[in-house]
Amino acid sequence: MQVFLQTLVSGLALGSIYGSLALALVLIYKATEVINFAQGEMAMFTTYIAWALMEHHGLSYWPAFGITLVLAFFFGAGLFAVVVKPLARASVLTVVMATIALLVILNGLAAWIWSPQLQFFPSPFPTTSWVIGGVHISKQDVGTFGVVLACLVVLWLFFRFTKLGLAMRAGALNPSAARLVGVRTSWLLALGWGFAAALGAVSGMMVAPTVFLTPNMMQAVLIYAFAAAVLGGLESPVGAVAGGIGLGVMLNMLGTYVHPVTSELRLPVALLILLIVLLVKPAGLFGRVVVRRV
Amino acid sequence: MKRYTHLIGFAVLVAAVVVAPFISSNYRSYQLGFVAIYLIALCGLDILTGFTGQISLGHGAFMGIGAYTTTILVVDHGWRDLWTIPVAGLVAGLIGVAFGLPATRFAGPYLALATFAIPLSLIGILKRYPHFTGGNVGKNLPQLHSEFGWHTNPSIWFYVVTWAVALVMFPLAYLIVRGRFGRALRAVRDSEIAATANGVSTASVKTAAFGISAFFCGVAGALYAIGITYVNPDTFPIDLSILLIVGIVVGGAGSLWGMVFGALFVEFIRISWGPGILDLFSKVHHIDTHAPGSGLVVYGVVLLLVLYVAPAGFAGLVHRLLTGRSAVAAWAKPRPPTPTDPATGAEGP
Repeated sequence: MQVFLQTLVSGLALGSIYGSLALALVLIYKATEVINFAQGEMAMFTTYIAWALMEHHGLSYWPAFGITLVLAFFFGAGLFAVVVKPLARASVLTVVMATIALLVILNGLAAWIWSPQLQFFPSPFPTTSWVIGGVHISKQDVGTFGVVLACLVVLWLFFRFTKLGLAMRAGALNPSAARLVGVRTSWLLALGWGFAAALGAVSGMMVAPTVFLTPNMMQAVLIYAFAAAVLGGLESPVGAVAGGIGLGVMLNMLGTYVHPVTSELRLPVALLILLIVLLVKPAGLFGRVVVRRV
Repeated sequence: MKRYTHLIGFAVLVAAVVVAPFISSNYRSYQLGFVAIYLIALCGLDILTGFTGQISLGHGAFMGIGAYTTTILVVDHGWRDLWTIPVAGLVAGLIGVAFGLPATRFAGPYLALATFAIPLSLIGILKRYPHFTGGNVGKNLPQLHSEFGWHTNPSIWFYVVTWAVALVMFPLAYLIVRGRFGRALRAVRDSEIAATANGVSTASVKTAAFGISAFFCGVAGALYAIGITYVNPDTFPIDLSILLIVGIVVGGAGSLWGMVFGALFVEFIRISWGPGILDLFSKVHHIDTHAPGSGLVVYGVVLLLVLYVAPAGFAGLVHRLLTGRSAVAAWAKPRPPTPTDPATGAEGP
């Protein structure tokens, strides 16, 4: 029982990280029908910015965290305006290729600017743990979960209760109708990319203390986020978060209780889950089945 | 192009391949051997991406599977290295079919999503079973021995072997994409609905294309292992898979001739063209152009530029020069405006 609870808590923390990156993917997918393959590298890049703010500019953790979120927002919106918007009429495959180009460029730039060596990224939470009835609950896990959850709640409040959020939902649901009633959809898409980049930055800064900061640190996380997004349904924000948390817990449980699944097999298992979901329930657990009109 | 122009083109290619080792150094011949390897891999991937319209971001992993098949057969089972090449292709092809069977059933981004996970998964699997694959350390292959009593420099022999295979695989790819099956591939790319209506089973065509492309990459990987004489989990990183797709786009997706340029690009962008471009800039600004990561930035930027300026790649540019008409790669055609269903707000196909 002790082991079970500990596995569960760390699975929740990891899963919330996957979930936040998955939500970033879903935000962009819903708005532009594009899978942003650069999402992980954008998160990595902004995490490096946070690291540089702390390491070279002497900021403490939370100010650096806040500044990074703001920078990430403009970074994401800027990337949309410069790279993706000119391809608005191009095929989906071209846009996907453009995001892959971004992935390559950001990965290279990070290694170029900050060197590809491992860097230590601090965690704002103490490394100690609470002991409740013999169960060690790491404060870092709880903190990670809390931060991600807080960001999600803020995002939800924005989409649910502000006029801008309503406009963004309208733009994603039916762009031409939204344009007809005066919503400037291209601005909203930039806004969506900004939010996605900021969310990605949160996931990057939360995962960096455990995996160390390198230009390749988000590659695996991106794949977990893909699997999480597909698990929840690429169209569903709630599904992305639930899928991420479910995947994190599931992988942790498999790692603890199924002996042959070692840490090297986490990714192949995630890929297997992705394939099984696509086969059994292609729309995901929370997605609705899209009927294609001929 | 008409059939006879293809034949003339192929004759020119063969002539160039025969002449090249006589006018270049041994080391350059060794590099050109890798161009042959990339040509095989790119032709395979082009059948999937350029002709069938399915993006794969993981075909470097099928090269890895081919390379490991060759290495394990040679090192642990005492096979002759050349005989392992077709076996490596078949193993990679079968795994490709097994993977493609579920993955190609879905339109749109799902295949790219799933394939993106293959290279990293392969690394995990290779490390998990070290008694079979050599784990982190990998395995060393003996150097390639020349056959038939020839006494040549190993680099030249490597060149001969790789181009001999490439000059079989390249026409093979041509035979695959023309005729009935090739038309089915293009039909799936251009409109799955129309393809289905005409009796093409899209799922099985896509799976077959996936298997064929994996077969080509497996052959390429076997030659790759023979060329570098070792394999380990880091030999086939995700960067390789991405570089392959970059080669497709730069060469011109949907054109096999473009792949010749794509293969040259893939081999030389890292070792000479990329640094060359950066050196131009370093004269203007004082930047460290040989820092790690700089090469990645160059080929990412080249990919972006190609997407904006010449979406049909190098083959499209040549086509434009020869015929005066602009060519748009079929996979990069602009999407038609999607009609919106007024009742539900759901977008059409």
